[in-house]
Amino acid sequence: MEGQAKGFQGSSRQFLANSQLRSNLRHATSTIRNKRYQVTGEVDDWEYLRERGREIKDYSLAHLDQLLSQLEDSISNKGGKVHFAVNAKQANEIIYSIVQTHQVKELVKVKSLTTDEIELNRFLEDKGIHPLETDLAELIVQLANDKPSHILVPAIHKNRSEIRELFEKTIASGRHLGQTPAEIAEASRLYLREKFLSAKVAISGVNFAVAETGTICVVESEGNGRMCITLPEVLISVMGIEKVIPTMEDLGVMLELLPRSSTGERMNPYTSMWSGLYPDNDGPKEFHLVVLDNGRTKVLRDPSSRATLRCIRCSACLNVCPVYERVGGHAYDSVYPGPIGAILSPQLFGPSRSGTLPWASTLCGACYEVCPVKIDIPSILVHQREQMINKAVAPRGEQVLFRVMAVVLSSPILYGVSKSIIRSMARYPRIVKALAPMVPMASQWVTTREVPDIPSRNWGDDLGRHGEEHG
Amino acid sequence: MVFGLVEVQCTDQPRCEVTVSDRTSLFISCFNDFFYPQTIEAATRVLRHLDVEVSIVEGQTCCGQIHYNTGYADMAVPLVRAFIDRFKDFDAIVSISGSCTAMVREQYRRLALRTHDQKLINAAEELSKRIFEFTDYITKVLGIESTGSYFPHRVTYHPTCHSLRSLNIYQSAVNLLKNVEGLELVELPNAEQCCGFGGTFSVKNEPVSSAMLFDKMANIEKTGAEILVALDNSCLMHIGGGLKKINSGISVMHIAEILASGLDGGSS
Repeated sequence: MEGQAKGFQGSSRQFLANSQLRSNLRHATSTIRNKRYQVTGEVDDWEYLRERGREIKDYSLAHLDQLLSQLEDSISNKGGKVHFAVNAKQANEIIYSIVQTHQVKELVKVKSLTTDEIELNRFLEDKGIHPLETDLAELIVQLANDKPSHILVPAIHKNRSEIRELFEKTIASGRHLGQTPAEIAEASRLYLREKFLSAKVAISGVNFAVAETGTICVVESEGNGRMCITLPEVLISVMGIEKVIPTMEDLGVMLELLPRSSTGERMNPYTSMWSGLYPDNDGPKEFHLVVLDNGRTKVLRDPSSRATLRCIRCSACLNVCPVYERVGGHAYDSVYPGPIGAILSPQLFGPSRSGTLPWASTLCGACYEVCPVKIDIPSILVHQREQMINKAVAPRGEQVLFRVMAVVLSSPILYGVSKSIIRSMARYPRIVKALAPMVPMASQWVTTREVPDIPSRNWGDDLGRHGEEHG
Repeated sequence: MVFGLVEVQCTDQPRCEVTVSDRTSLFISCFNDFFYPQTIEAATRVLRHLDVEVSIVEGQTCCGQIHYNTGYADMAVPLVRAFIDRFKDFDAIVSISGSCTAMVREQYRRLALRTHDQKLINAAEELSKRIFEFTDYITKVLGIESTGSYFPHRVTYHPTCHSLRSLNIYQSAVNLLKNVEGLELVELPNAEQCCGFGGTFSVKNEPVSSAMLFDKMANIEKTGAEILVALDNSCLMHIGGGLKKINSGISVMHIAEILASGLDGGSS
């Protein structure tokens, strides 16, 4: 299996070697983890809330057709325009055609995973339009020509001094910045203020869309999003079909679940909501909502994986995942890293790009335990492993090995024979230890772990009368 | 820490569905059968000491966990069928592996559904109520918190992921260990984090597995314990192999072996 480390196996090895990254990640994830633990623990009915969250999302997924058409009506009635896109290409073209009518060379963006998923930035850059990320962490990633490594904290892999150096080289144009987070952030504040006031077009993601009222909800922590949403004349919001929920009351449940799960805050700092246009007030004069499928209806069709679409992108599963903590988000090579990414990415992007991700987990269950909408990630991981094997992702040798094992373990006779073989190996412990590094599956294992002592006898020799009777 | 188990939640009460019966068998797990006979013997001794006439039904092999978890669920189905058949005459099945117990309880019904064989589906559902992890059986079914064992050592406990999050039985083991005479139980920092074993994970993603192992070992060493105890020999083979490789001097033991120490007629 080694020598051809592809996919997650290959990339994780590369990122593991970066000790600065690991220390940044350990510090950041354990801080958020502890905050989340504290603020969810203080809610008496947290488990009830999780169950409500699950119910709301399951109901919505079962009634997507009705809810999406209701959403479209609600928004159209209030002056907005709703566009449906089957795939990334269509979504990008719709957005570009809107942008083009306004003849701009630059636009401002609120952090949005969905636009990362469809690679909107690259598409627009190719057309000569610069989409400026205004979320602080997204800006850091964009300035560094890097990629986000976390759903919520895209620059989690970078520490303060790395960011200071980056800003000094870019937006602060050579100016020397101070050491404190406030001084470093001030550089981006000065830079962005100007951009907000001059931008004509803004693009945002969507956290929740309420079908009943046509209300779009975007949650963020900096206020930059709110400026994007309110200052420019034209606002384009992009959402996956699974973001729709029925009522404002349902939104209330989600707004209790999301901040506590994601940033470990009791209440989200900036929650922006709007329903269509407000002609007599400030705010955009044109609003477009782009609703994206891009493989989601395919996920919906599989009953064993469907719950993946409940995800509200809180990233609690990333912060508790022991694998994510060691390798970071880039190892997953997807805009959706961590445990949720390990189940979502293979379904959206297919086996050739994300096929090894379902195995990027020990199935320890920490992700399921914290998920605010109770996605049974371990079960879906196992189901996706099976799907990927059916799509020929697993090495041929492995499949043969498991078939042989299945035959041996199903037959008490062959099972007994293999046990005898193992017992005879116990007579030659030195040879076993010497040969272990040459066995394909064991060779890496034994580099950090001693070969276990093989017992020379069976159980029962020590059980006395009873043992003889039964054994 | 509530999830996974729907039917059999842990309470302070002994479970009423299962009575202590002489039709009780150990499920030893292939892994222990091959590599850890002493754990099987220790568990038997402890249960007999507690007046449970436990037998070890012949012809038992593997629960199918390794196939199911790795993505070969269809290959696990014949193993499910064989397991159900092998243990059909027993009122209670006591397992000395937390992860195998979770496999039978949580996945057997799901796997049986694939066959569309209603008899098998019912049997799988019914079986999930009769299988217990060893420490869970002692504390919940027998209602015993002290086994009368003697083990004068400093011990730290790693709650394996399945026992912690699927079976929700952290407290069973802790209570039993606390009541062992002479045993000093020290808390393991960051105990709830996975050790990095994960079955085939430790082969397929060996470097990540090792990175997790090193952090686990650093925490174990911080405790100053002589012995690391857990409910699953598979995790222990991985952690123990690592501890031996770095010459830490800390050994690993299955909880049954600690509980068997100092019992009448038992050796330690």
